[in-house]
Amino acid sequence: MRNLLTFFLKHQFFSLFIILEIISFVMLMNSFSYQRMLSFNAASDISGDVFNTYHKMAAYFDLKEKNRLLLKENGRLFNMLLTNTLAPDSSYREKEDSSYQYIPAVVIRNTMNHVNNYIVLNKGKKQGVQKEMGILSDKGIAGIIIGVSQNYSLAMSLLNTHAHISARIKKDNQLVNVVWGEKQGRLGEVVDIPAHIQLNTGDTIITSGNSFIFPAGLNIGTVYDFEKSKNHNLNKAGLQFSTDFNSLHYVYIIKSLEKKEKMKLLEEVKNE
Amino acid sequence: MNNAYVKNIIRFVLLILFQVLVLDTVQFGGYVIPYVYLLFILLLPFDTNKSLLLLLAFITGLSIDFFENTLGLHAAAVVFMAFARPGVIKFYFPTLEHTKGEEPGLSKLGVTGFLKYTFTLVFFHQILLTFLEVFSLHDFFNTLSHILINALVTTLGILITVMLFTSQRRKRKF
Repeated sequence: MRNLLTFFLKHQFFSLFIILEIISFVMLMNSFSYQRMLSFNAASDISGDVFNTYHKMAAYFDLKEKNRLLLKENGRLFNMLLTNTLAPDSSYREKEDSSYQYIPAVVIRNTMNHVNNYIVLNKGKKQGVQKEMGILSDKGIAGIIIGVSQNYSLAMSLLNTHAHISARIKKDNQLVNVVWGEKQGRLGEVVDIPAHIQLNTGDTIITSGNSFIFPAGLNIGTVYDFEKSKNHNLNKAGLQFSTDFNSLHYVYIIKSLEKKEKMKLLEEVKNE
Repeated sequence: MNNAYVKNIIRFVLLILFQVLVLDTVQFGGYVIPYVYLLFILLLPFDTNKSLLLLLAFITGLSIDFFENTLGLHAAAVVFMAFARPGVIKFYFPTLEHTKGEEPGLSKLGVTGFLKYTFTLVFFHQILLTFLEVFSLHDFFNTLSHILINALVTTLGILITVMLFTSQRRKRKF
């Protein structure tokens, strides 16, 4: 023990270096997988306040563009209203899933050029936001909440190596998965495409509704590049995300009202 | 002495805020991010206690990680860079003499010297950062070019920042 202490004092610089590196690596382990990220709550009110203050100052500069986007989205939503469809009748339901609630939120920070990108939103626990809720932009899904503090929440953007979304090909309802093609900047990748499926450029990929995070049928993106490989059973395709991450200002946090019930049911089935 | 503390604390806060609020969110194309916050470690006085240097590096890295949700990533990389700093200074400027509390800045090392010093340390930082972040070697040349480009952009960013502040100080004097 004494020798160790003398060694440490003698090589203080080197020992301290090793100790600090070990501490860093141990902390870094928290970001190695989606599950670990979830169990480690990275959202904090302090960083949220800093981002929010800066956002308030910087937000004035692109108000015009934001207003234009909001107006456009309002138009789109008006078009979806029931009164706008011909012959409304009481049995008609626009959406199959009405068990979701949408919480509007403002994006106060969003990165795009990191290896793992995150979005910070100005709604938190107080507004009923919880982990593993989806985020929807005006054009399609944008991310998943992985951390909440009292007033802010932290979401993993689709541009994140841990993002793995259960999806469907719109034209034939085939189940696939969507990940981020890490090497391709703002483009994604459709993986696990069964060998017999032929995809074309422009095919839409939507959420499957199999996870409790996103309701079925939300836009994820469109296929821009598909080539069948000869030696694999499962094919890949390039995906252009619908969400424009560059102009992400206002989003909706998707709260599943039946999630608890569904989870409980699953647990019960598992236990039996 | 007291003045130096205040100066460094203000520099620390401003650089961290500039990094996480502006540089990290602005698009420079691809994965390019200039890590100008490293300037804080680069400019610490020559006679800073070596262990203190490591601890300050650790705190700087953690502060960035705190905002970036990458706990441990920058801490590891900046500590690595700080560990290399005394050796790099000795290697490039073996005969350099300095007064108490003097900083290895642009005026002390000269433009070429400062660039050499900055690029080497930034390169060390970027190597560890990239390998920890990407965590695979399957695309070695892509990773290597990424390290080089980012180190160059960071050096350039640091040079611009330093020049901006030096010229302002000179203006005030005259």
